[in-house]
Amino acid sequence: MTKQIVFSIALLITIGVFSYTINRIVSFFKFTRPAFPVKDFGKRINVMLSVAFGQTKIFRKPIIGFFHALVFWGFCVIILGSLEMVIDGLTGTDRALQFLGPVYNIVIASGDIFALLVAIAIVIFLSRRLFFHIKRFEGIEMKKISHIDANIALSIILLLMISLLTMNIGYIEYKSLMGEEIIGLYPISTLFTGLFTSGPAESFWLMYEASWWTHILLIFVFANILPYSKHFHVFMSVPNVFLSRLDPLGKLPNMGSITREVKLMLNPDTAFAAAATDVPVERFGVKDAEDASWKNYFDSLSCTQCGRCTSVCPANITGKKLSPRKIMMDLRARMKEKGPLMVKNGRDFNDNRSLLRDYISEEELWACTTCNACAKECPININHPTLIIDMRRYLVMEEASAPGELKAVFNNIENNGAPWQYSAEDRLLWAKDLEINVH
Amino acid sequence: MEIRKIEVPVMADLFARGEKPEYLFWVGCAGAFDDRYKKVVRAFAKILSHLNVSYAVLGKEETCTGDPARRAGNEMLYQMQALQVIEIFKMYEVKKIITICPHCFNIFKNEYPDLGGKYEVINYLQFLNRNIEEGKLKLDSASLKNVSVTYHDPCYLGRANDIYDEPRLILKKLTGNLIEMHRNKSFALCCGAGGTQMFKEAEKGDKEIFIERTEDALKTEAKVIATACPFCMTMLTDGLKYKNKEEEIRNLDIAELIAQSLEL
Repeated sequence: MTKQIVFSIALLITIGVFSYTINRIVSFFKFTRPAFPVKDFGKRINVMLSVAFGQTKIFRKPIIGFFHALVFWGFCVIILGSLEMVIDGLTGTDRALQFLGPVYNIVIASGDIFALLVAIAIVIFLSRRLFFHIKRFEGIEMKKISHIDANIALSIILLLMISLLTMNIGYIEYKSLMGEEIIGLYPISTLFTGLFTSGPAESFWLMYEASWWTHILLIFVFANILPYSKHFHVFMSVPNVFLSRLDPLGKLPNMGSITREVKLMLNPDTAFAAAATDVPVERFGVKDAEDASWKNYFDSLSCTQCGRCTSVCPANITGKKLSPRKIMMDLRARMKEKGPLMVKNGRDFNDNRSLLRDYISEEELWACTTCNACAKECPININHPTLIIDMRRYLVMEEASAPGELKAVFNNIENNGAPWQYSAEDRLLWAKDLEINVH
Repeated sequence: MEIRKIEVPVMADLFARGEKPEYLFWVGCAGAFDDRYKKVVRAFAKILSHLNVSYAVLGKEETCTGDPARRAGNEMLYQMQALQVIEIFKMYEVKKIITICPHCFNIFKNEYPDLGGKYEVINYLQFLNRNIEEGKLKLDSASLKNVSVTYHDPCYLGRANDIYDEPRLILKKLTGNLIEMHRNKSFALCCGAGGTQMFKEAEKGDKEIFIERTEDALKTEAKVIATACPFCMTMLTDGLKYKNKEEEIRNLDIAELIAQSLEL
């Protein structure tokens, strides 16, 4: 009974803190702009099954991708065990899901196997970060805190896996010493039982109980650290993939507000009819966090700063300041800064800072070649180029600010219908004196 | 063998005669004005004649699709261009468009529909490959068989529109020695010209993107760098010049390679 009470209090605190955090984040979403309507559920489920659960894009880097896939699939299995722990903790049952029979055995056995596999993968990840120089973990946006954040999360996961294994070992040892039936299958933990042969049965029970509590309380703590960490990814990545932009990467979203204005200009007769719709004037493009779409913000919360985008960015590879990862990190950081101020003072609140310039410089934005390598590479379908173009849209249409050569391009297109200063009269010169050999 | 003059059909002329071609061949600004790329357009026009395709160009009525403006953030200018182009297409009852420039292809295929311009848009590589598959275009000449070729994927065909196979299928008909660069298909590195970088100096960095990509191509030791985009061609040709390789290694468009092998 005491166990149940302590557990319930711990769970309540966890849920309480978690709801508070999520509620805050949801309130920030209210400031963002619309993206696309979420439909085509069949397509979305397919994308989610292949990209999220099938981990297809993480395998673009096959070796380290394989270890990530192990961790992901391990989480999927182990979470079922954690669910049982919550039921047991709340209701005082012992292995509440055992009625599932053979399915239960499969779940527990895979959890046991994955605990070791995930632990191995995490040790590899940690050593890569601590002892090797991996270029994509560096960059102007990667501050010390990013590295600490990564190492804390990895350490917690490692502890979770170790406690899961010691829990299983303690359980098997105790049960076999007491001659009681062992529920579930433990192919990996069984191998380790030899290490702890001596000792009274009670000490194994203690080992089991201590590990049980360590494991579940760590999960509770972890769940509440995540929303403040880059590892929020653990919660956000699968939904983010489900909410992927389904358009071809080459397609930029249309700006309906501009279409209305252009149609007015081209056909003034409709001016009065169009004016009647009375659309509220909105800033063109993205200057600050609240100008971004909910999907941009979702992307930024899902980003775990793996740097695959930046490692394939042609601008970044050749030493330019642009880093697609930084664009996502900056949006998240700016919303974290401005979100609470907008909650307090309204969406129009101006703190004399903005995502543009205080976080992301024009130099970064103009370095993008829109090659879409970043978006193609992102294992969870984050789309950086649309946000970069939206920020260029703000610069050009609200501030008339662009590199001089591009202003010349705009002039040429307006005056001669080509980015270069040539006359439309010359458009057929290529076809002059064209001859073909007929065989 | 006889030499025959090609009169490139112009939409307005055909229309005046009450004729309607099957395809609009969209030449693009680079095709019209870039001296090097004009040769690519000429090669493709020869192939169209060779295949007896019913097509026409807009000629003096062609204008910019608005793509450079759009990628540079000038949505207003883009939409003005696009709505003008859509009007012209409406006037000539255009249904099918062939493009050679991947940027024009992308914007017609993916972005014009949002403004009401819906067409069957086909890139020349898809068009050529389809003609090969249908047996209309026969590439059995041995002239390029032993020439080593590497193909540079333009971003706006590859990642933007998932066109990776057609260029390779065509090139494999032409050469027995197609060598892939280390970064290819969806992993291909941009030439550095996309997103209107073509028209401006690059931002400060420690290297030009086109040099990085030219080095990828040089590593394959191929004698021909095949491209399929006017901007990629400018960048990689510049890269070859920079590396003093323009004598040994040629940068040719796939249309030129086909015209060459057919001795058109």
